[in-house]
Amino acid sequence: MNDMTPTREQRTAALEGMGCKRKRVEDIRFTQGKGNYVDDVKLPGMLHGDFVRSPHPHARVKSIDDSEALKVPGVLAVITAETLKTVNLAWMPTLAGDVQMVLADGKVLFQNQEVAFVVATDRYAADDGINKVKVEYEPLPPLVDPFKSMDPNAPVLREDLAGKTSGAHGPRKHHNHIFEWTVGDKELTDAAFNKAEVTIKEMISYHRTHPSPLETCQCVCSFDKIKGELTIWGTFQAPHVIRTVVALIAKLPEQKIHVIAPDIGGGFGNKVGAYPGYICAAVASIVTGKPVKWVEDRIENLTATSFARDYHMTTEIAATKEGKVTGLRVHVLADHGAFDACADPSKWPAGFFNIVTGSYDFPTAHLAVDGVYTNKAPGGVAYRCSFRVTEAAYCIERAMDILAQKLGMDPAELRLKNFIKPEQFPYHSALGWEYDSGDYGTAMRKAMETVKYAELRKEQEQMRAAFKRGETREIMGIGVSFFTEIVGAGPSKNCDILGIAMFDSCEIRMHPTGAGIARMGTKSQGQGHETTWAQIIATEIGIPADNIMVEEGNTDTAPYGLGTYGSRSTPVAGAAIAMAARKIRAKAQMIAAYKLEVHEDDLEWDIDGFRVKGLPGKFMSMKDICWAAYNSVPPGMEPGLEAVSYYDPPNMTYPFGAYICVMTIDVDTGVYKVRRFYALDDCGTRINPMIIEGQVHGGLTEAFAIAMGQEIRYDAEGNVVTGSFMDFFMPTAVETPHWETDFTVTPSPHHPIGAKGVGESPNVGGVPAFSNAVNDAFSFLGSTHIQMPHDFWRNWAAAKSLGVFASA
Amino acid sequence: MIPGSFSYHRPTTLVDAVKLLWTLGDEARPLAGGHSLVPMMKLRLATPEHLVDLHGIADLKGIRRDGSKVLIGAMTTQHDLLASDEVARSIPILHEAALLIADPQVRYRGTVGGNVANGDPGNDMPALMMTLGATYRLEGPDGGREVAAADYYQGAYFTAIEPGELLASISIPVPPAGHGFAYEKLKRKVGDYATAAAAVVLTMSGGKVATCTIGLTNLSETPLLADAAAKEVIGTGLDAATLKKAAAAAEAIMAPAADARGPIEYRKHVGGIMVTRALQRAAANAA
Repeated sequence: MNDMTPTREQRTAALEGMGCKRKRVEDIRFTQGKGNYVDDVKLPGMLHGDFVRSPHPHARVKSIDDSEALKVPGVLAVITAETLKTVNLAWMPTLAGDVQMVLADGKVLFQNQEVAFVVATDRYAADDGINKVKVEYEPLPPLVDPFKSMDPNAPVLREDLAGKTSGAHGPRKHHNHIFEWTVGDKELTDAAFNKAEVTIKEMISYHRTHPSPLETCQCVCSFDKIKGELTIWGTFQAPHVIRTVVALIAKLPEQKIHVIAPDIGGGFGNKVGAYPGYICAAVASIVTGKPVKWVEDRIENLTATSFARDYHMTTEIAATKEGKVTGLRVHVLADHGAFDACADPSKWPAGFFNIVTGSYDFPTAHLAVDGVYTNKAPGGVAYRCSFRVTEAAYCIERAMDILAQKLGMDPAELRLKNFIKPEQFPYHSALGWEYDSGDYGTAMRKAMETVKYAELRKEQEQMRAAFKRGETREIMGIGVSFFTEIVGAGPSKNCDILGIAMFDSCEIRMHPTGAGIARMGTKSQGQGHETTWAQIIATEIGIPADNIMVEEGNTDTAPYGLGTYGSRSTPVAGAAIAMAARKIRAKAQMIAAYKLEVHEDDLEWDIDGFRVKGLPGKFMSMKDICWAAYNSVPPGMEPGLEAVSYYDPPNMTYPFGAYICVMTIDVDTGVYKVRRFYALDDCGTRINPMIIEGQVHGGLTEAFAIAMGQEIRYDAEGNVVTGSFMDFFMPTAVETPHWETDFTVTPSPHHPIGAKGVGESPNVGGVPAFSNAVNDAFSFLGSTHIQMPHDFWRNWAAAKSLGVFASA
Repeated sequence: MIPGSFSYHRPTTLVDAVKLLWTLGDEARPLAGGHSLVPMMKLRLATPEHLVDLHGIADLKGIRRDGSKVLIGAMTTQHDLLASDEVARSIPILHEAALLIADPQVRYRGTVGGNVANGDPGNDMPALMMTLGATYRLEGPDGGREVAAADYYQGAYFTAIEPGELLASISIPVPPAGHGFAYEKLKRKVGDYATAAAAVVLTMSGGKVATCTIGLTNLSETPLLADAAAKEVIGTGLDAATLKKAAAAAEAIMAPAADARGPIEYRKHVGGIMVTRALQRAAANAA
């Protein structure tokens, strides 16, 4: 035996395949400032566009005078809705079946709405031009409070919908009503409530916030008049969808549209939709014949491009005295802003909010969602979550705590009592989902044991007693959250975007020397696809991950895919990658059989090549098979070694997790301290544990921000008052708590490698853990529910309303 | 977020800077660290035609002891302040407060002069300068003059500075050896202005407060000296009842704005708490 022969472990390790904490290959360029982002795209003769925006939340546009602006040196054009009407682009379709003004057409409906697009030779001239465009407005009464949107005398926002009694999702009840979406058995649910021993009811709001990626939305559009081709570099989470949308609305042949998403500095849902900037830059390029760049600033990003949440959820649970849940009833008032530009699969006006039964075995449930218009920015994107799943998880996890409080039960115990049991999977939920796999009790108990949950409750009891004796001004809260996510949109039977089924894809092309390139329909915005996708391929075909180049984001070269959001990349594209790799391996097996002069069935896969069964010495490595694919394939076989797979998932995947947050709050100042945050995630098979951990850290940090202060707030007059990072809470490393991560592994039974999504779980499960900790801290003083966000002054206000300062 | 056009000047002497500001008049603004001015320019809330950059004037930088005073050049950065042994030794409250100003990046660029000169009620240094009894040296076309920090602030962004004048340096009397000090600042996050902050410098004698000065940050249009609150504590051992009276006296002069940091009632309430905590900590570290 040659000492140099690598062991099986060494051969496996050399691949850096699935399960390996492989360092992120993209970080080599990111950490050296060598990424290539949209704003790095600089083309000869490139022009710059920027918007005149409305100072009013609701107003009639009486006139737009661009004469002074056009005199500013460098300003070449001012585009208005009237200009866009000549190319039929004054309005654009939204992903939710509504239409949206590209530029103000007669009215403005939210503050900072796009009114005119100034095109100039440089960014400074464009802004000088903006300041010279004179717009005459006639202010109209603003509609800010969604609860007043359907008052009989509420102002009419969408005059374009006058007389339309139904929209993309059925009948409209009022001029500001968008849709009503109902799921579940109302009669059965009402009956469960009628005979319930215990019920709770609470209006649980999930405030409006914003994904606020580090890099704002931007694009460069370049129209080649000679070839009739339009190239768009943009911050797109779904480049192929953008190409198809452009083809449909601009009536350009799709092969003449080239969409390129270069490196992207975070998306979190903000970069899924189509924005007026993209349309205006494209039209400006077509009009001027020059490339046109549009780059949002931070204020524009926070105030005009897609917000998230703004769900007001009236939640009721029916239960027995012993704490067994018997029914769930939820009504949601959804504030969509001025246009319904939610980024959901087309048939799902409230996304997958019907996952609201959570991890619990509800025999019956009923859900109704009313979407309404207000004078706020459009959006409603999935900010680091699958579609409306964070809202659903927050709703049920808060409600379960409220029920526990009413029953006098421990919230963890209540959860354990109502979990869907392992033997119930695949589990059909009362609101229509088929959960693929889960072992909730094991995860919950592991979390409780790790944090020594029982001891924490004892300590809390002592602290409460000390507080009542006046010995401390600190109160302690323990937040428990057990979430079930639904990710991997999605099966063509129920998921499409504008009619395109939500499959995803992978193309792998192996080169003669045992290296290859793989392209996908997904698009990383920081998730680390270049690293993890290669790891899947490495394990599947036995070629080191370092020898696989992963390329995404160029619609000319990548196979069609629906992009990256909603934690769909691993569940959908990850499966396509495994399937494409398996096609490569199948062909490789035929080549190996030919070269080793045996029947294919006599070969077995062994880490990085094929071995003749029973003859350990007869082995052909994948590297050698790659070479053979280009010179000595079996007679009748085509040379080469490549494969494409388009994967239509049979089901969603259902990651889950148990999070526990321990917090103290100083009632005098409202200042909180997160003492401990433990997050156990089960995302099935783990491709790269280090990247998972990083994803969990990032998602928890965003969850912390949202729960503890991050909001997009409007004043009563409709002015957005959180338009910069001065006011919009973006925690730094100093404020961010320390995260403890853990895991269990329950593979998805229907996914080729058993993997589920993970990137968004921490946001979905994190928000309720924080909010439950705050609510738990105050509960002994008599409160049942305190609305988010839980920033310092609101904590103080809660303490004050609970009489904490009465004797002071 | 794109500024309008402006001319840029970089004088190398204080005399030239003053001359430029005087000649260019209202359309010129001096540029120090730029943390206030540049964002205002990006928002086009400020549209100066001329920027007079003070970074080329060597005389405006530096910290030195002058007898019983410490002199700080206007262009001294917060980082310089933190690096100064003199400041750490003789005016430790400045060291403590500078550490609470944003983050290292901001402190490398942000200047003490810029912080005190422009009258932003959110800045930390003005209340500290008032508490320490500092005076500002203003240089103008007709020569220089001294203005007490306590007389300098007249309203938000409205100060005693006259057209053509430039803040050249700050003179701070060194507090007595063994004094107690504390700057208590409640803020939502690193980089945010204070929701409420209180500076205390005091001396103790026989377990009782002998002298005391209290300054307040971001609790009114200008920094405040809470004289009545200070009077309450002098001669006491800072018992609970006294602290309560002092906090109430301080709250009585606070007039904060309601903003994302909280409503008026909250900001005054935590303002009182900052005063209480600063008094307690200052007393504890006094000799």
